[in-house]
Amino acid sequence: MKKNVFWNWFWIFISLVYFFIPLYATFNFSLKARKGELSLLAYQQMMEDPRILRSLIFSTEIGLLTILLGLLLMVPTVYLVRLKAPRLRPVIEFISLLPFVIPAIVLVFGLIRTYSGGLLPLTNNYTGLNFLLIAGYVVIGLPYLYRSVDAGMSAIDVVTLTEAAQSLGASWPTIMLRVIIPNLRSAMLGAAFLTLAIVLGEFTLATFLVGLKAFGPVIWQVGQNRAYEASALVIVSFIITWVLMGLINFVGRRGAADGSVAAGPR
Amino acid sequence: MSFLVLEDISKVFPTAVGVEKFDLSVERGEFISFLGPSGCGKTTTLRMVAGFESPTTGRIILNGEDITDRPPNQRNVGMVFQSYALFPNMTVAQNIGFGLKIRKEPESAIKQRVAEMLALIHLEQKGNSFPHQLSGGQQQRVALARALAIRPQVLLLDEPLSALDAKIRVSLRAEIRAIQRQLGITAIYVTHDQEEALSISDRIVVMHEGKIEQVGTPFEIYNFPTTRFVANFVGSLNTAEVEVMDPSAGIVAMNGIRLTSASDLKEKRKGDKVMIAIRPERIGFIAEGEKENVFDGKVENITFLGSVVRIQLRVGGTVFNMDTFNRPSLQLPQTGDTVRVTCSSKAVLVLSE
Repeated sequence: MKKNVFWNWFWIFISLVYFFIPLYATFNFSLKARKGELSLLAYQQMMEDPRILRSLIFSTEIGLLTILLGLLLMVPTVYLVRLKAPRLRPVIEFISLLPFVIPAIVLVFGLIRTYSGGLLPLTNNYTGLNFLLIAGYVVIGLPYLYRSVDAGMSAIDVVTLTEAAQSLGASWPTIMLRVIIPNLRSAMLGAAFLTLAIVLGEFTLATFLVGLKAFGPVIWQVGQNRAYEASALVIVSFIITWVLMGLINFVGRRGAADGSVAAGPR
Repeated sequence: MSFLVLEDISKVFPTAVGVEKFDLSVERGEFISFLGPSGCGKTTTLRMVAGFESPTTGRIILNGEDITDRPPNQRNVGMVFQSYALFPNMTVAQNIGFGLKIRKEPESAIKQRVAEMLALIHLEQKGNSFPHQLSGGQQQRVALARALAIRPQVLLLDEPLSALDAKIRVSLRAEIRAIQRQLGITAIYVTHDQEEALSISDRIVVMHEGKIEQVGTPFEIYNFPTTRFVANFVGSLNTAEVEVMDPSAGIVAMNGIRLTSASDLKEKRKGDKVMIAIRPERIGFIAEGEKENVFDGKVENITFLGSVVRIQLRVGGTVFNMDTFNRPSLQLPQTGDTVRVTCSSKAVLVLSE
C-alpha cells in the first residue's frame, strides 16, 4: 500500500516537472530582458506595444466565439447521436479526427477558395473573414470538442437521464438546459480550455485570413527579433487562458445554482 | 373498463420480434409484475407503456384515454429505473421536486410535496444531500419518491432492485409494496427474479420470447403453472414424460409407476405422451395409510439449504428432487437407501407445451 502511494506521488511529480519546467524556463527567460538582473521590462515593452494588446483581445474574442459555436454544434450533435443513432458514433468519431490528418494550410486554402466568390462570398470583408476564422477554428478544435463532450456524456448515462426527465414531464429544451448541460460542465470546460489554448497560439489560419490582427502571427513576428517579449507574450496568454477558464467555471456554477429547481425543506 | 389496457400490442425490431400479441388489463391500484428471462420482452412492454418505445401494432389505453401515440412527457406515468437515474447536479429535494417544477406548481406546494415524499421514504434528513452521497438503496428510494411526487397515474418500475445487494433488495421490495398499497397507485414491476415477483405482486405476467406464457396470482403461477416454461422458470420443479393410461381417471405411467393426476386429461387418449411436473416440496415420505401415488426412490444426494433439506431421488430412469423442512426431529435416510415417497394427485400437474 505504501509502495503504491510512493509511486502515485512519483508519477504526479514527474508529470508536474514535465509540464512546469518549460513554463518556468519561458517565464524565467522573459524576466531577463535587462542584462544581469531580473525585471519585468519585457512585460512593460509588451504592454506599450498597441498591436500586442489589440491582437490579444481580438484572438480572445475569436476564441470565445469559437467555443460558443463549437459547443452549440457539438453538444446537441453528440447528445442526439447517443440518444437516437448510437450506430453513427464511429462515423462521427472518424469525422472528428479528420482535422488531425488535414493540414491547416489545406483547410485555409479550401476556405479561401470556396468563400472568395460564388453564392456566399466572405473573404471581401472583415466580418466574413472573422467568421471564416471562427469556422476554421471550430474544425481544428473538433477532435478536442468531440472527445471532451462525448466523454462527459459517457460519464452520466444521458439516455437514462433523458428518459427519467421525460417521464417527469420535461420537454427537450428543459432536459438539455436543466439536466444534460449542467452535468456536462466540467467536460465543456475542458473542451473550452483546449479550444481557447489552440486559438490563442494558432498561426496558419490566422495569418492567411486576418494577418497581424490575431495573436498567433503577432507572437511569431515579435519572436523574430524580440525574444524576451515573445516569451512574456506566451506567459501572458497562458495566464489569460487560465483566468478565462476560471471565469467560465464561476459563471457556469452561478448559472447552475440560479437555474436549479427549488429545494425542499431545509 | 379496466384502468390500464394493453390491447393486442406487438413490437417488431429490425432483427427480431420484441413483443407479440400482448393483451393485458390492469385494474386501478393493482400491482402487476412482468416476469421472465432476459430478452423476453418485459422491459420493451414497460417502455411502451412509458412511451419510450412505440408499439408496431395495438393500443394502450390508460384511464379510458388512448395514449398509444402520446409522447412520454405527456403521459403522467412515473418511472423508476434500474440505474436510479437521479440527476447528479441536483440535491435529493431538487430531484424529487423536478417534476413538480416542470408542472409550474407554486414553490410552497413543491416544498410541501417534497417534504411528504421524503417522509414517505424515511429520508427526511437527506433533502440537501447529493445523489453521490447516498447508498444505492437510498438512491433508489429517492428515485421512487421522485416518480411518485408527480402523482402519476401508473408507476412503472424497471428492475429497480437489480443493482442492490440481497438484504437491501428484500427490505426495499417490502417498502415499495407498502408504499404502493398506502397510495393505492397502479404499478407495473419488471423483474427476472421469481422470488421478487411472487412476494410483491397481485398478479404476475410470465413472459417468454415476446409472448405471455401465463397471467395469474402468485399462488396460481406457482402452484398451477400451465406451460412447461412457467413450471420450469418459477420455482424448482421435477418434470418427466409420461404415458396416458386412463384419461378419464387421470392415470399416467412413469417408468412403470402409476401416478394419478388431478389435472384434466380428457382431451388425451390412451398411449399419448404428456409432460408432468411435481414441485419438490409436494413430495414427502410416506405416512401411514397413504396409498395414492406411492413410489420408491433411491437416495442419490442430500443437500442442506438452510430451512429446507433437498433429497435427490432416482425414480426409475428419472431424477426427482424432494424438499422437506429442516427440523431437529427429522430422520434423514442415508445416501444409497431406498425410500418410499408419495405425492397427492393435485401435485401431479400436466403441462401444455
